[in-house]
Amino acid sequence: MREPDAADTPTHLRWTWLAASGAVLLGVLALGLAVGPVSINPARSFVEILDHVPFVHVHSGLSSRDANIIWELRFPRVVLAALVGAMLASSGAAYQGVFRNPLADPYLLGAAAGAGLGVTIVVVAGHPITGGFLDPAPVAAFVGALGAAVLAYAISATSGRIRTPATLLLSGVAVMSFLTAVQTYLQQRDADTVRTVYDWILGRLTSASWSDVVLVLPYFAVTGVVLVFHSRALDVLSVGDEEAASLGVPVKRVRLTIVAAASLATAAAVAVSGLIGFVGIIVPHTVRLLFGTSYRVIVPLSIILGGAFLAFADLLARTTLSPAEIPIGVVTAMIGAPFFVVVLRTSKATTG
Amino acid sequence: MRKSLLVVALSGALVAGSVAVSTAISAAPAIARGAPAPKRIVSLSPTATEMLYAIGAGKLVVAVDDQSNYPAKAPRTKLTGLQPNVEAIAGYSPDLVVASAATAQPQLKKLGIATLVQPAAKTLDDTYREIKQLGGATGRTKQAAAVVAEMKAKIAALTKSVPKNAKTLSYFHELDNTLYTATSKTFIGSLYSLAKLRNIGDAADTTDTAGYPQLSAEYVIKQNPELVFLADTKCCQQSAAAVAARPGWDSLRAVQAKHVVALDDDVASRWGPRVVDLLRSIVHAANDARKA
Repeated sequence: MREPDAADTPTHLRWTWLAASGAVLLGVLALGLAVGPVSINPARSFVEILDHVPFVHVHSGLSSRDANIIWELRFPRVVLAALVGAMLASSGAAYQGVFRNPLADPYLLGAAAGAGLGVTIVVVAGHPITGGFLDPAPVAAFVGALGAAVLAYAISATSGRIRTPATLLLSGVAVMSFLTAVQTYLQQRDADTVRTVYDWILGRLTSASWSDVVLVLPYFAVTGVVLVFHSRALDVLSVGDEEAASLGVPVKRVRLTIVAAASLATAAAVAVSGLIGFVGIIVPHTVRLLFGTSYRVIVPLSIILGGAFLAFADLLARTTLSPAEIPIGVVTAMIGAPFFVVVLRTSKATTG
Repeated sequence: MRKSLLVVALSGALVAGSVAVSTAISAAPAIARGAPAPKRIVSLSPTATEMLYAIGAGKLVVAVDDQSNYPAKAPRTKLTGLQPNVEAIAGYSPDLVVASAATAQPQLKKLGIATLVQPAAKTLDDTYREIKQLGGATGRTKQAAAVVAEMKAKIAALTKSVPKNAKTLSYFHELDNTLYTATSKTFIGSLYSLAKLRNIGDAADTTDTAGYPQLSAEYVIKQNPELVFLADTKCCQQSAAAVAARPGWDSLRAVQAKHVVALDDDVASRWGPRVVDLLRSIVHAANDARKA
């Protein structure tokens, strides 16, 4: 990643960019609401949503069936996709900044694999995957994601000689490989649950409901605020630990805070939606290519455009083979893998 | 320091806001529903589809899943029972959905659509109970009782046709051409037991395989079953000739005596009224093998 340079990369978020990204997000949300296996008048659908705003009473004229489809199925799903996308993209951006590595994302660091292992253990132990606040699955995902991130951090912090940000990433890769192997072993040993776990691993927003939205909303709010407020610190960290320290940034504490927030966001996203890859890479890099390399730009725009990206990917996932669904992880990987190659080819000049 | 305080305060405010929104959302009124007899049924289970038509509730069925191929007149759609798309189901405006798993139940409930979950039967009694349950749910209690009575009578007659002192023969039930099998503990295995047949897969079963172990070709050849039943004629194009052509299988007693029986995959994997047909194939094959 290049050092932020005031001459060619603006460090301040321009309102026009914010407005444009916001418009893209709203456009995708509207599209997601308008399209589905059952054709429902889009204008009336929007009125139906308005009707649910407190103190607003308007009549959409939709049949109760269609009104329920909009309010109980489509809208929570579109909103959940946007929240999950925002959390994965912003945690990807944060990991990339903290570890000064353009390929860092929740997956490479083992956090997602940790969450995956947690949920697999829950399923193998005979519990269904449910999204209630203190149900076993989300709790296990949190424990797994945080545990994996802390483990990766601990391994790199205690590794002797060469301690660079790359060390953390490498220990993350080791943690991820190990946790994924354990998960696959558990899954193969227990033939009955293979299908449940497999469906979940590929990512699922199929059964999205308001309770899932409620589950992730507080985490989205807290981690979003923490990451946005630390975006200047991310800029300073990208110059180098010693330089940052000389500028008065408490490097260790800031790094830990950012990693904790990003891992929390990952865990919440994984708990409700399974493993959805590549969002944490595609979105921050697109923002970087389009708007500049300052984290004061990347973090907020990744939140907004991450939401838009995943809501759009989910739209493809549920309409391409309708009424069957493509796992959303397949859609994001199909777009993400080629994109990953492009990033690799164009990031030759970056320092690791 | 001031900044971190600001962060904490803002996070707090946002959490409070989220909780307020959450409460508003969960306070949304649930849909009230009565329980009159359903008029529009969607079946996501091929077995339930067969049962519904057998008890004369076929005209209430507005859509069935992509696997429900019997009876042929059932309104087959692209709906899938494995990962049901709730919105697509709701598009048929059903007032009752019958499925073999509860996957879609929570979301259907939010739309005010009742779901009847009828999991795979483990015994014939489960089958009878599910048929009667569908009869009760569709206002066809009498028809359902008649279907069950007829099934019981036919099964009793078939069981009776197996001689009391009949010799127990060994058999292999093939689920697919990678040699997955069903043991005597399974639903289909219980039908073979009625015909006094001994399952060669039982010894290979563990708690993890739960009645459906995968056997090796070597194991099957060593066990040398006297009968082989193929429940993979449609999925995997298996036949008596294909089995005989497998390396080493030509020496099997079942192959030598031409007691390799082709079953209909669908009938052999469902637990509806057609289990009578399945039992008939099994009993006839077993009796023929004993005469030989």
